[in-house]
Amino acid sequence: MSFKITSVPIDPEAHKLALVQSAAGACVTFEGWVRNHNEGEAVQALEYEAHAGIAEKEGAKILAEAKQRFAIETALCEHRVGKLAIGECAVWVGVSAAHRGAAFDACRYIIDETKARVPIWKKEHYASGETGWVNCATR
Amino acid sequence: MIEVTARYFAAFRERAGRDREHLTTNARTAAELYGELARKYGFADSVTRCKVAINDELADWNVALEAGNEVLFFPPVAGG
Repeated sequence: MSFKITSVPIDPEAHKLALVQSAAGACVTFEGWVRNHNEGEAVQALEYEAHAGIAEKEGAKILAEAKQRFAIETALCEHRVGKLAIGECAVWVGVSAAHRGAAFDACRYIIDETKARVPIWKKEHYASGETGWVNCATR
Repeated sequence: MIEVTARYFAAFRERAGRDREHLTTNARTAAELYGELARKYGFADSVTRCKVAINDELADWNVALEAGNEVLFFPPVAGG
């Protein structure tokens, strides 16, 4: 199991191979992509920032929790930092399990907890030239 | 009064116009220090939505500050 912050493009196929286990009959993956709009504003790019050390530590806890709560074989998560263009993969989660139910549930758990707890921030670059930090009152 | 180092991330860094500074403070806890800095820089997020780390470990807002602590202020997270 591994949770990584990366500044280079995510390679989903390579990560998927790392999930293969002979006891696994199901694999569920999730990709979060950069989209061109948010809350009614046209978005041209996203810039992600993280505290990599704490993010990877908190992320490893989330994966361990998923393993404890759901009957999975293994799980991986990778999150990009830096400036990303529309359509790029910002976050990738993959889970393998004996059966699909646990794989779906664990994948959902990992992405939801990652978004809520891991110190990663997102700055939107709007078509208007303005920028804004998502979720923050301080802009 | 104790001396600590404050570090700012993302929106806090931009608002403060710096990524770290040495401070001499009467604040007894990380939450009190955040209160001082919020007044100084206009941080508008409530502590309940933010996180704090002390010496590179996530910490409770009410933990007592000690001289020499490095206090990392994290605005509301937004991964994914």
